[in-house]
Amino acid sequence: MSSAAAKPILYGYFRSSCSWRVRIALALKGIAYDQVPVNLLKDGGQQLSAEFKAVNPMQQVPALKIDGITLSQSLAIIHYLEDTRPNPRLLPQDPKKRAQVRMISDHIASGIQPLQNLSVLKQMGERKTEWAQKCIASGFQALEQVLQQTAGRYCVGDEVSMADLCLVPQVANAERFSVDLGPYPTITRINKALLELEAFKVSHPSRQPDTPAELRA
Amino acid sequence: MQQVPALKIDGITLSQSLAIIHYLEDTRPNPRLLPQDPKKRAQVRMISDHIASGIQPLQNLSVLKQMGERKTEWAQKCIASGFQALEQVLQQTAGRYCVGDEVSMADLCLVPQVANAERFSVDLGPYPTITRINKALLELEAFKVSHPSRQPDTPAELRA
Repeated sequence: MSSAAAKPILYGYFRSSCSWRVRIALALKGIAYDQVPVNLLKDGGQQLSAEFKAVNPMQQVPALKIDGITLSQSLAIIHYLEDTRPNPRLLPQDPKKRAQVRMISDHIASGIQPLQNLSVLKQMGERKTEWAQKCIASGFQALEQVLQQTAGRYCVGDEVSMADLCLVPQVANAERFSVDLGPYPTITRINKALLELEAFKVSHPSRQPDTPAELRA
Repeated sequence: MQQVPALKIDGITLSQSLAIIHYLEDTRPNPRLLPQDPKKRAQVRMISDHIASGIQPLQNLSVLKQMGERKTEWAQKCIASGFQALEQVLQQTAGRYCVGDEVSMADLCLVPQVANAERFSVDLGPYPTITRINKALLELEAFKVSHPSRQPDTPAELRA
């Protein structure tokens, strides 16, 4: 690799929970990167611009430009970082524990987040908040059950994994929609423990280049 | 977690189809469902996740129930939008199949999603790469034997 290799570039949005997952991964693995904010609300959604389409034909954030390729889909990006920069590990070595990490990650990334993302909420009109709360509560109920079996200090055992990268941003979404977290003590405990870690702090939506002044930490 | 699919295997029960498939790949690695090259692996995962997170959940049963009369229109919209993005990516990654010339996890996601598209009468005209790959995959035995029309619980009127 050339010594003048460019830093990876993350195209994301401060508040996008999917972008936050990738920011945490980059921080945990100590990978320096540049950010190009893509505002999902302005101009009808900057991710839909012709300019961004040239970066990522799938017109989605997060997108990571790294090693000469551009990837989207947060978990595909995180897996690529894991495959190419394996330390520290974000997936356990044991296949059954790996599967638990992936199951929890996918439950959040496929089973909860997409149902309450921006484009879906736009369709819900006035029912938006009620819908988001319902999706999150239902998803968290299932997740709480699973975590009671898999969790140690974090989602799966005592090591931070990809599942934890998915959990924290989803809890932040839950808080934004005023979901009562009382029924989910394991989720709450783990979230609190993770937010004490530097990688989760530095990547927080309140501390990004595109964080609006009124939301800045 | 009250979800299907769930696979009871090796003393554990897993849900989430891609987590299950990854577990099978980790423990029964031949034949491969993910390429060895990290960049191609990433493309396979990106396509798989796009379908499994970006399209299917938006048109699954519990969401459609909420849509009432707008159900079909909503499903068509989600699928068309997702397929438009997917067609773009496949034009860069596809060979005979989604990523190059080997069947991968991405192909396992594609075929069932195309079947969903057909069920909702989505016009597949704008997606020639998706259509071509889907056709090629449906000729393979694994895709035939696993088809919804040939399962133990397939209703009589839908049975192949």
